[in-house]
Amino acid sequence: MATIDVHPQTATHHHDEHGDDHAHHGNFWTTYIFSEDHKVIAKQFLLTGMAWALIGGMLSVLFRLQLGFPEANLGWLKPILGGWLTPEGKIDPEFYLALVTMHGTIMVFFVLTAGLSGTFSNFLIPLQIGARDMASGFMNMLSYWFFFLSSAIMFISLFISTGPAAGGWVIYPPLSALPQAISGSGLGMTLWLVSMALFIVSSLLGSINYITTVINMRTLGMSFTKLPLTIWAFFLTAIIGILSFPVLFAAALLLIFDRSFGTSFYLSDIYIGGEALPNQGGSPILFQHLFWFLGHPEVYIVLLPALGITSEIIATNSRKPIFGYKAMVGSMLFIAILSFVVWAHHMFVTGMNPFLGSIFTLLTLIIAVPSAVKIFNYVTTLWKGNIRFTPAMLFSIGLVSFFLTGGITGIFLGNSAVDIQLHDTYFVVAHFHLVMGSASFFGMMAGVYHWFPKMFGRMMDEKLGYLHFWLTFIGVYLVFFPMHYIGIAGFPRRYYTWTAFETFSGFADLNMLVSVAAIITMVAQFIFLFNFIYNIFRGKLAPANPWNATTLEWTTPRLPGHGNWVGEIPTVYRWPYDYSKPGSKEDFIPQHIPYSETPESNLPHENDEIKLEMGGARAIVVEERKH
Amino acid sequence: MTWIISLGAILVLVILYMIFKIGNLVGLVKGKKEEEFSISWNNANAIMFMIFMVVGLGGFFWYSYAHFDEYTLPVASIHGEVTDSLFWITMWVTVVAFAIIFVVMFWFTFAYKYEKGRKAAYFADNHKLEILWTVVPAIVLALLVFRGLRVWHEITGPASKEAVVVEMVGQQWLWMARYPGVKDKTLGHHNYKLIDASNEFGLDLTDKNSYDDFKSLELHIPVGQEILMKIRAKDVLHSVFLPHFRVKMDAVPGVQTHFKFTATKTTAQMREELNNPAFNYEMACTEVCGKGHFSMKFPVVVDTQEDYQEWLESQESWLKQNPDYLKYVPAELKEAAMIKAGIPLDNTVSVQTAAIK
Repeated sequence: MATIDVHPQTATHHHDEHGDDHAHHGNFWTTYIFSEDHKVIAKQFLLTGMAWALIGGMLSVLFRLQLGFPEANLGWLKPILGGWLTPEGKIDPEFYLALVTMHGTIMVFFVLTAGLSGTFSNFLIPLQIGARDMASGFMNMLSYWFFFLSSAIMFISLFISTGPAAGGWVIYPPLSALPQAISGSGLGMTLWLVSMALFIVSSLLGSINYITTVINMRTLGMSFTKLPLTIWAFFLTAIIGILSFPVLFAAALLLIFDRSFGTSFYLSDIYIGGEALPNQGGSPILFQHLFWFLGHPEVYIVLLPALGITSEIIATNSRKPIFGYKAMVGSMLFIAILSFVVWAHHMFVTGMNPFLGSIFTLLTLIIAVPSAVKIFNYVTTLWKGNIRFTPAMLFSIGLVSFFLTGGITGIFLGNSAVDIQLHDTYFVVAHFHLVMGSASFFGMMAGVYHWFPKMFGRMMDEKLGYLHFWLTFIGVYLVFFPMHYIGIAGFPRRYYTWTAFETFSGFADLNMLVSVAAIITMVAQFIFLFNFIYNIFRGKLAPANPWNATTLEWTTPRLPGHGNWVGEIPTVYRWPYDYSKPGSKEDFIPQHIPYSETPESNLPHENDEIKLEMGGARAIVVEERKH
Repeated sequence: MTWIISLGAILVLVILYMIFKIGNLVGLVKGKKEEEFSISWNNANAIMFMIFMVVGLGGFFWYSYAHFDEYTLPVASIHGEVTDSLFWITMWVTVVAFAIIFVVMFWFTFAYKYEKGRKAAYFADNHKLEILWTVVPAIVLALLVFRGLRVWHEITGPASKEAVVVEMVGQQWLWMARYPGVKDKTLGHHNYKLIDASNEFGLDLTDKNSYDDFKSLELHIPVGQEILMKIRAKDVLHSVFLPHFRVKMDAVPGVQTHFKFTATKTTAQMREELNNPAFNYEMACTEVCGKGHFSMKFPVVVDTQEDYQEWLESQESWLKQNPDYLKYVPAELKEAAMIKAGIPLDNTVSVQTAAIK
C-alpha cells in the first residue's frame, strides 16, 4: 500500500493541548487564508457554504411571503428590497422569479455541492484514509479560491439594477438567452454563467484531488474494502462530478456564444419584441439534454456524500456495524453509474421523442432499487442497536426519513405516463426538496454536529442541537409535505400567484401553513448558528474520540495539527464497523487495532485477514530495509 | 382546517418545551452531575420520534381522507382516466411501503434506544434478507413500469386521421389557437419571419391551406372526438397544461410538438357533475416564461359535436378579418383564396383600389 513520508516537519514538535503549531508554519495569511491544509480549506468551504445557506434560505422566505400571504403589504422590506417592491408593497413578479432562480442555484451548487462535498471530502478524506493531507494542497487551495471568486460574482449579481438571473435555476434558453424576454437575462445571466464556469473549475480541481488522494494516499492496510462508507461516497461523488460538470461547462459555453456572439445552438425561429431574430437551426431541447446530463448526476453529487455521512453516524450511534457494507458500496456504485443514464426523465413532456421517454422511464425506475436497498440497510442497522440520540444521529435519522418520504414520490415522477400531469407542479417541488434538498441538508448538519469536535476541538451543546433538530425536522415536513396535495391538485411551479385561475383557486390555507413553517424553520437555524459559533470559542474541550468511533480521524489529537498525526500514521487492520463485537470488552474496536490484540473477539471469517496481518507485518519489515 | 394543522404544530412545540423542562427538572432531582451522556434526554428523543410517527402518519391519513375532494381534480379525458388509475395504483403501493418502513424505522429508534449495559447485536449482513429486499422492490417496480410504458406508448402514439387538429401558439404572455378551417381541414404553412402585428401566426399566404385558417381566443373542442393539438412557441419556452385533461406538452420555438387526447365531458356536463354552474375548463402555462408566466390563462370549452360544428362554421377566417393581406397571395390563387376565406369576390376591387390610393 502506498504511503507518503511527510512526517519530518510535523512529527517532532507537537503538543496535544493548545497546540499552537500553526505558528511554526507561517503567518496569518498562509495559515487561515491561503492555506493548503485540508482541514482549514474544509472549514473555509463550510463557513462559505453556511453563509450561502443563510442567503438562500432568506430568499426562500421572501418568496414564501408572497405565496403564503399574497395580500400582505411588504412595505417594511423597502429598505432591503428597494425597487423590487411594487408601489403597493408587493414583490415584483419578475423579481419573484429571480428569487426562485437564485434560491435554487445557491442551494444546489453553493450550499449542497460546495458546502457539503467541499467541507467533508476535504476534511474527512485525509483523516479517514490516514493521509497527512490531500494529494495536492495547492490545487486544493485553488479549488476553494475559485469557489470564492465564483461566490463573489454570484453575490454581486444579486445587487445589479437589472436583477440576477431569473429564468429558473435550470436556465433554459431562449428565456435565459434573450434579455428582451426577461431583464434577469441581461447582465445578471452573464454573471451567472461566469460564476458557474468558475464554480465548475473549482469543483473539478477539488474532485481530481479527492480521487487522487483516495487512490494513492491510503495508509498501510487501508484497502478499498476497509474504507469507511463516507470515503466511498466522496470518492464516487468526485468521479460523478468529473464526468458530468464538464458537460455543464460545454452547455454554458454554447449559451454564452448564443448570447454574445450570434450563434444559434439553442435558438431558432424566434419572434420577440416586435422583431424576428436571425437565429435558425438551433434547438432549445439540446440545451436541456446537456443541462440534465449534469443536472441529474448533480442530484447524486449532492446526495451521496450525505448518505455516506449518515451511514457512518448511524453505525456509530447505533453501536452496530452498518448493515450490508458491501450492499451499501454496491448500491452507491450502481446509483453512480445509473445517474448518468436517467437525465431525460426531466424532459418527458418537452417534445423529446417519446421512445426516449420509454427508455428513460425504465432506467429511472431501476435506480429506485439500490435506493430502496439503502433505506432498508439503514433501518436494519437501527434494529437491535443501542441507540444514542446525539444531534448528529437525530439529523441522520431525519435524513433517512426524508429520503424515504421524498424518494417514494420519485416512483410517480419517473413513470412517464404519470409524470404528464405531475411535471412542473408542486408535487415535483415536494419530491426533490425532500429527497435531495432536505435530505442532503440534514446530512450536512449531521456531519457538522458529528465532526465539530475534530474540527474545532470543542463540543457543541447537545440540548440546543435537539431543539434545532426538532424544529427543523417538523418544520421541513410541514413545509414540503403539504406541497404534495397542492401538486396533485395541479398547481404549477414558479407561479407568482394562482389567482388568475379558477382551477388553482384553493389551498390559500395550506400555502399559508407552508410559509409559516418555512419561517419557523428558518428561525430555528439561528439556534444552530449560535451553537456553532459560540462553541468554536467557548465550547467544552472535546475528548479525542468523543463518540467512541472506530475510524482513523479519532486517533488524531484533539485538534489535529498540520500533518494530522503526531508521529507515524496508524496502520489499518480491520474494517471500520467493528461495533459491539461479541467477546470484546468495549463496544467498539478502532480500525488501527490489530487482530492479534483482540483474540477474544476475532471471528472465524476473519482468519484470512489475521494471517495477512502477520504476513503483512513481515512484508513491512522487508520493505523498510530496502530504503 | 389549516388551523387544526397549525394547532398540531404548536402542540408539538409545547410538548417539546415540556420535555425540555421535565428533562431539566429530573436532572435537578437526581442531582445530575455533568455527565457525558444523559439517558433522560436520550429517552425524550426516542419518545419524540414515536409521537412524531403517530401524529405525522395520523395527520397524513386524516388529511388525505378528509380533504380528498379538494386536492383531486376531476378528470375529463380518456387517457387521463388511465393515467389517473396508474397514479392511484402507484399511490397504494407506495403508501403501504412507506407506512410500513416509516413505522418500523421509528419503532426501532424507540425500541432500541440506549440502555446502560446492553450490547447491540453484531449483525453485519444477511444475504437472504438483502436479496429479498432487492428482488421484491424490483418486481413491484417492474410491474409499475410495464403498465406505465404501455400507457405511455398509447398516449404518444400517432393520432388517427380523423382527429380534429388545433394549433396552440404560446408567446409572452398569452396563448392563441389556430384552427385549420372548415373547408380544407388542414393548417396552412407558417414562417416566423412573416410574423407582424396582424399576422401573429406568421401565416404563409402562398400556401392555399392557410386561407380558411382562423384564430380563436378560446379553445373549443368537441366531446368524444380525438383532438390532435399541435404546439409551438414564438419567443421562449411555454408549456400547454390542461389540468382536467391530464395534458401537458412544452411549446418550443423552432420545434413543433404535439399531444393527442379525447375529451369525455362537455363543459355543461362537468358543471353538472361538480354542481358548480360557474365551472370552466382552463389552460395554463407550466414552463417558466418570464414576468407574466402565472397569468397565461386560456379559456377552454368542450362542446357537444353539434355545438362544436356550429361554432366552427360561425368563425371568420383570418384572411377575411385581415383582407389587407390578400396582397401577399399569389395572383393566380387570389380568387380561390377569397372563396376559401369567405370574402365576397367584388370586395377585391375595393381593396385593390384602396391600396392604390
